Amino acid sequence: MSAQTSTTDLTFPHRHLLGIDGLLPQEIKSILDLADGYVDQNRQANKKNSVLRGRTQINLFFEASTRTQSSFELAGKRLGADVMNMSVKNSSIKKGETLVDTATTLNAMHPDLLVVRHANSGAVELLARKVGCSVVNAGDGRHEHPTQALLDALTIRRRKGRLEGLIVAICGDIMHSRVARSNILLLNTMGARVRLVAPPTLLPADAERLGVEVFNDMEKGLEDADIVMMLRLQLERMNGSFVPSVREYYRYFGLDYDKLSVAHPEALIMHPGPMNRGVEIDSAVADDINRSVIREQVEMGVAVRMAVLDILSRNLPDGGVS
Amino acid sequence: MNTIAFMNARLIDPATGYDETGNLLVENDIIADFGPTLFNEGAPSNAQIIECNGNVLCPGLIDMRVFTGEPGAEHRETLGSASQAAAAGGVTSIIVMPNTNPVIDDVALVDFIARRARDTAIVRVHPMAALTKGLRGEEMTEMGLLGEAGAVAFTDGTHYVTHPQIMRRALSYATFFNALIVQHAHEPALVADGVMTEGELATRLGLQGIPKAAEVIAIERDLRLVEITGGRYHVSQVTCIESIEAIRLAKAKGLSVTCGASAAHMTLNENDIGKYLTFCKLDPPLRREEDRQALVEAVADGTIDVVVSGHDPQDPETKRLPFQQAAFGAIGLETLLPATLALVHQEEITLSRLLQTMTSAPADLLGLKVGHLKKGAAADLTVMDINVPWILARDKLKSKSKNSPWDERRMQGRALHTMVGGKIVHSA
Repeated sequence: MSAQTSTTDLTFPHRHLLGIDGLLPQEIKSILDLADGYVDQNRQANKKNSVLRGRTQINLFFEASTRTQSSFELAGKRLGADVMNMSVKNSSIKKGETLVDTATTLNAMHPDLLVVRHANSGAVELLARKVGCSVVNAGDGRHEHPTQALLDALTIRRRKGRLEGLIVAICGDIMHSRVARSNILLLNTMGARVRLVAPPTLLPADAERLGVEVFNDMEKGLEDADIVMMLRLQLERMNGSFVPSVREYYRYFGLDYDKLSVAHPEALIMHPGPMNRGVEIDSAVADDINRSVIREQVEMGVAVRMAVLDILSRNLPDGGVS
Repeated sequence: MNTIAFMNARLIDPATGYDETGNLLVENDIIADFGPTLFNEGAPSNAQIIECNGNVLCPGLIDMRVFTGEPGAEHRETLGSASQAAAAGGVTSIIVMPNTNPVIDDVALVDFIARRARDTAIVRVHPMAALTKGLRGEEMTEMGLLGEAGAVAFTDGTHYVTHPQIMRRALSYATFFNALIVQHAHEPALVADGVMTEGELATRLGLQGIPKAAEVIAIERDLRLVEITGGRYHVSQVTCIESIEAIRLAKAKGLSVTCGASAAHMTLNENDIGKYLTFCKLDPPLRREEDRQALVEAVADGTIDVVVSGHDPQDPETKRLPFQQAAFGAIGLETLLPATLALVHQEEITLSRLLQTMTSAPADLLGLKVGHLKKGAAADLTVMDINVPWILARDKLKSKSKNSPWDERRMQGRALHTMVGGKIVHSA
């Protein structure tokens, strides 16, 4: 399988993947290269290999998730790992156990890989300090969501052939978005030009210091953009707290063909999902088979997560031996 | 008779700038005499001798902002354990905040603090009483009666009195007793779920920011109320340039306004949070480096009157959590002096001025009869080696809680002897 052929030039000297912050271009490229192979593998009838045979992967989700959790579960299973899902519903965290206690308890079960999502920024990092295995951040508060940024990068790279020099407009609720933060870090590291487009109330403080151009006006922010990345606007932020109403938000910040017309004619439309049709994105635009790569992002998600689990497992004790 | 002779000390009286090498005699619980020529004929034969080797001897330090867990959270800190920490830090008087369970808003509770302090504490303990009942910000407490019982000032501690009418009346009523009103300046609606100072770092860490405006707006509103009431007003901690400007302006107008800064805010900045270090989660939050520098300058030039520790003991249950969930606060009684001495070593502030902010300034503000090197004054004294290097180890801390932002850091300078009322309560 192609995924296992070109392993010699892979660089990833980290025990955990806690964020994009701190990763070198070569390390990001290593994951993407490896993921390319897994895309091929996932399109075959036999989608499994045995890279993680005998390994135990625990998906620990303190925050509800359907697509990310199932994507990680599938990724682990296709690599031959034993995968266990723990979600907050049946976890003792509900009974008042602290995060650190949960971590030490799980650690005693000797997992090899721990995939963690938590509603608090920095929580995955805190947990990683208390366990002996590799930890993958599946989203912590509004801090980072590294595998989302990696799958977005893979999607872009496969479509456009490169990341460097592309104009990427990230639009919508930047303030509360870990997806935006990880994407900004990754795209900047890989030499893309990042723009943020959002109403002032949905931009984080000092956003312009993140190495991006900041716009409030979609028409200016999308001009000549190669990639238009839309973000989800949470329901509780729609009615008066951050923006006055859905219809006003849609009028100024919802992606429709009119606003898209200033972007590059071959601009791709992305969304990390789940979408609010008619809020941040027009339904027809979201489903446009020529422009929208939203479903492709989901496919890339599994491949990228396989690549991440694979590459981390090589640094585990007895890793890389099969 | 208790007779103790401090020999060969660098005697400093921060209030007057007095700075001479000499000796000091304590008889019973008072300073009997001091000076370069004292003991020219030799120390009294009955005196216990403490050789100071040229180290600084000054009035004992006063920490105007201390939280303990007594009553209600004794597992974090008792008045006794806080006093041990104070003594180890050269602090001879601590002013404890009313944010306990129950809240110190009643004469009986002020009495309780006084009694527990008498029985368990080795330094002087003075409570500030709540400004409003239950800290709810709705009804004034009995300022007159609480003052008579021993409350040295009135504050809602970690709460801002949000209702301007309540605050106006409190400031106005307090003038009858010449009572000091101490405000924790932050507008809660702007703080909201914030956990660190707003800005690039908070954005990068994905943490909700607390804008500086939350503090500045709170102070500026109060200053207007001080102007129309003539009340005595003190901001417990200022943290940023804009607040300093507001205070400076108010002082220039002649208002009875003072403020404090914490050792943490003078020596640390937001970057010390690093990767979500909860020991650096403070309320008010650590600000940017330029704010820190402005604080130090404002302490040096007198715009900021007092330096406090803001000692706030928290245990692993409240600190070993994701940053957002962790409690605010850091201990500081044992580091008040060593942490701020770094600023003296860097020549950003003079030793005499720094000591003033921790001795005579808080004493005069609160009407305490200590804080001055004076014949006949209470013998509350600290001998300190301002140069000795050491490393802060949490297991050596006297405080019951170990949440120090200086954990494992190098320090320079510490208290060698701490004396309260003529009794040595700590010797390093």
